[in-house]
Amino acid sequence: MARMKFLCDAERCIECNGCVTACKQEHEVPWGVNRRRVVTLNDGLPGEKSISVACMHCSDAPCMAVCPVDCFYKTSEGVVLHDKDLCIGCGYCFYACPFGAPQFPQDGAFGLRGKMDKCTFCAGGPEADNSAAEFKKYGRNRLAEGKLPACAEMCSTKALLGGDGDVVADIYRNRVLRRGKGSEVWGWGTAYGKPDKGATPPTGAKS
Amino acid sequence: MKRILIAGLAGSLVLLAGCGEKQQVIVYKQGQYQGKPDKQPWDNAQFKNDKVAWEKAIKARTDGQNEYTRTTN
Repeated sequence: MARMKFLCDAERCIECNGCVTACKQEHEVPWGVNRRRVVTLNDGLPGEKSISVACMHCSDAPCMAVCPVDCFYKTSEGVVLHDKDLCIGCGYCFYACPFGAPQFPQDGAFGLRGKMDKCTFCAGGPEADNSAAEFKKYGRNRLAEGKLPACAEMCSTKALLGGDGDVVADIYRNRVLRRGKGSEVWGWGTAYGKPDKGATPPTGAKS
Repeated sequence: MKRILIAGLAGSLVLLAGCGEKQQVIVYKQGQYQGKPDKQPWDNAQFKNDKVAWEKAIKARTDGQNEYTRTTN
């Protein structure tokens, strides 16, 4: 098996925030912590693009490189996880991450910075699979149930794909080749069908 | 008398054992994961350590994201 990866198709993302909600609900993520979020470029302007962003589970993860207590590890499926018992909440990983994936709970007294929390690719952490301790610290372990991350599986337009990197790349490649470009992607032809595909010109007398 | 002496010596040895120096600081190994070990996702009651079955389940889910094959097959 190749590495687990996320891929977000900006042509398909409609900024519904379904992925964000799915993640929040699945792992009971506390207020102020967003493991996943939707970023929109040129918001409100014609041609705006949205993309769903979370931990990208980098092959050469900068968070792992800068962690002073070495609390990060990578699973055999390429998922970057960390041990919260070891994390000291220094925030180095947040500065190093180009995606802003590491999150810190701000709900304590005086807005103290707690242990880092981030997307786990729904793979839990270093606790017994699907135990209460694992859920409390890292959220649900869907991968151990043979399921993919909730965000990708919940995506209504299938803009967000998750899973084996090779398979995800194949799906995306096939999609791009079929849908073409320009108005073929999102326009009159897509919505109402092309004239050569069964559309008959209106007949009858003009009123 | 001898017994009391032996018992006293044994007792003092037990008491002294509590004074042993124990490492209380984590010895960090640079660049290596220091936390608890994690199990593989197929090492559980559901998949019974069957990696192939787990990969099959994940592949089915991943392929299910391709609506082109879902609608044509």
